[in-house]
Amino acid sequence: MIATPELAPLFDGVEPRKAATRNAYGEALLELGASNPDVVVLDADLSGSTKTKAFGKAHPERFFNMGVAEANMIGVAAGLASQGKVAFASSFAMFATGKAFEQIRQSVCVPELNVKICATHAGLTVGEDGKSHQMLEDVTIMRVIPGMQVIVPADAVEAHQAVLAAAEIPGPVYVRLSRASTPVVFSDDYRFEFGKAAMLRDGGDLAIVAMGVTVAAALEAADTLSTMGIEARVLNMSTISPMDSDAIESAARDCGAILTAEEHQENGGLGEAVAQAVVRTHPVPMEMCGMNGSFGQSGTGDELLAHYGLDAAGLVARAQQLLKRKQA
Amino acid sequence: MTLSQADRAAVEAAARQIRIDTVRMVHAAACGHPGGPIGMADFMATLFLRHMNLSPETLHRPDRDRFVLGNGHTCAGYYSILSQKGLIPRDELLTFRKLGSRLQGHPHRTPDMGIDFSTGSLGNSLSVSLGMALAAKSNGWDTRVYSASSDGESQEGQIWEAATAAAHYGASNLTVLVDFNNVQIDGHMRDVMDVRDLREKYEAFGWHALDVDGHDIDAIDAALVAAREETARPSALICHTLIGKGVSFMEDQPGWHGVAPGDEDARKALAELGIEGAELEAMMA
Ligand SMILES: Cc1ncc(C[n+]2csc(CCOP(=O)(O)OP(=O)(O)O)c2C)c(N)n1
Ligand SMILES: [Mg+2]
Repeated sequence: MIATPELAPLFDGVEPRKAATRNAYGEALLELGASNPDVVVLDADLSGSTKTKAFGKAHPERFFNMGVAEANMIGVAAGLASQGKVAFASSFAMFATGKAFEQIRQSVCVPELNVKICATHAGLTVGEDGKSHQMLEDVTIMRVIPGMQVIVPADAVEAHQAVLAAAEIPGPVYVRLSRASTPVVFSDDYRFEFGKAAMLRDGGDLAIVAMGVTVAAALEAADTLSTMGIEARVLNMSTISPMDSDAIESAARDCGAILTAEEHQENGGLGEAVAQAVVRTHPVPMEMCGMNGSFGQSGTGDELLAHYGLDAAGLVARAQQLLKRKQA
Repeated sequence: MTLSQADRAAVEAAARQIRIDTVRMVHAAACGHPGGPIGMADFMATLFLRHMNLSPETLHRPDRDRFVLGNGHTCAGYYSILSQKGLIPRDELLTFRKLGSRLQGHPHRTPDMGIDFSTGSLGNSLSVSLGMALAAKSNGWDTRVYSASSDGESQEGQIWEAATAAAHYGASNLTVLVDFNNVQIDGHMRDVMDVRDLREKYEAFGWHALDVDGHDIDAIDAALVAAREETARPSALICHTLIGKGVSFMEDQPGWHGVAPGDEDARKALAELGIEGAELEAMMA
């Protein structure tokens, strides 16, 4: 990664490392700007927050701030892509996917264009802005569009690589990023592979399949479970679409029970996507930790994750329930 | 047409209280949006004190006036004026943005507090306000619907779909007050995405549209009277304001759109708003 004056250093030197995935996006964009002259970037009056501003400073002729007009932004991105550009378009996840769903479907996915929607401030960890800004349905509405490829990086290391990969993967890509500084789970030698789930820890009692900020919580939960004599496999499902159903099938066969964890609605989200793969391959008992059909609310990100049972303690409790079902 | 001295003093006091409450709430929350509500204080105070018939007595009357805060991020000032009208307990204000609070980071529709609609996503508000206005008309009520919007929100295409429809249906009971402060998140609006002359635009869409000095209480009041008297077209009051008006270091500064003042800045802001001595110490404690 390269250090830039426009972006705060990704890691502040404090251990254990924490960083926001949106910062890694800003850095990756700068690298792409230098290496690929076809890369253009669009934003909708949030360039300081989404971290596209540094690209805009470095390449003003390839940066378009469209103002508070997300549907128009996606349409313009599609037009640029139709002329051979690789168009990165950013806003908060709520508005990038919510305001522009129809444009994403009709103008980006139907014509199979190189539009890379990198949306920040996804999920509960937006915090105090509350339910109008806490996008908890974006993975659902993106993964159901034919041809849309969906990536939810677990940390800043993975986010950086996922953004670089998105530029190379043909066609539409949605990358879900966070506002909050969250634990870094990967060392710098980690290699993101599009479409492949990474096994971060092995175990035979249950598998925890997680995405995004809940991957760190899953690892912490697995540590706690281990002290209780329960060994959990932890899978980082950073590519949601297309889903690595081989990894899911192996987890089902080897562990006999699967718990999913996501900062997102269970309906249509990771939980449902994994359940689909499980019932088609090797049905086993499952539990889902996610938003159970409610909106979020104001509060700090950590408070909200705990409140909705998406922290390590919440995952441990659900894992124990799941094991009872497995043994029944 | 000017206000009596006593009436003007009451509106000025309410506007000052909006500014003070906004500083305190955003400071206490350590996040939020101070600049917008401080800049909107004069027209919000004029509207709620002199034009909207919303009070604890009318709260549950179905035909009372309605309000939609399109630029929902400016809700600290909205909560302040609702509390001044007796609809939110004063001591609840400092729960703003905290877990479990009724005072969410963006307004959530709460009939018991007189919050008529949930907002926060820019662009949706004028359509909703039009729907409320059409409902009142179809009921034969003389309800007025007031909608606050902003230069930033005017960049959303849906605003102009609503503007087209409101004129088409002659929604003369609908008034939008646009906080035109030439500021949005990424900088000055004219540099980011210039919406140009909004009075001309609304006029071209078939509205009764007026430019208003958003810090001149007499002028705001007169414009609201003119909007009330207009019987054929919806009214757009383009309120020209200064973001952060009254707190010198916030004025015209895009940086104060969405950053909370720390202790030192909060103290400076409150001092500029006329809070001093023991009162200031108590607020900062
Ligand atoms: C649809 C949508 N897109 C983006 C945002 C994020 N956002 C919040 S306020 C804002 C700037 C709006 O400009 P304006 O209302 O004029 O702000 P102010 O004058 O109060 O600074 C943006 C882009 C949002 N709330 N809704
Ligand atoms: Mg503005």
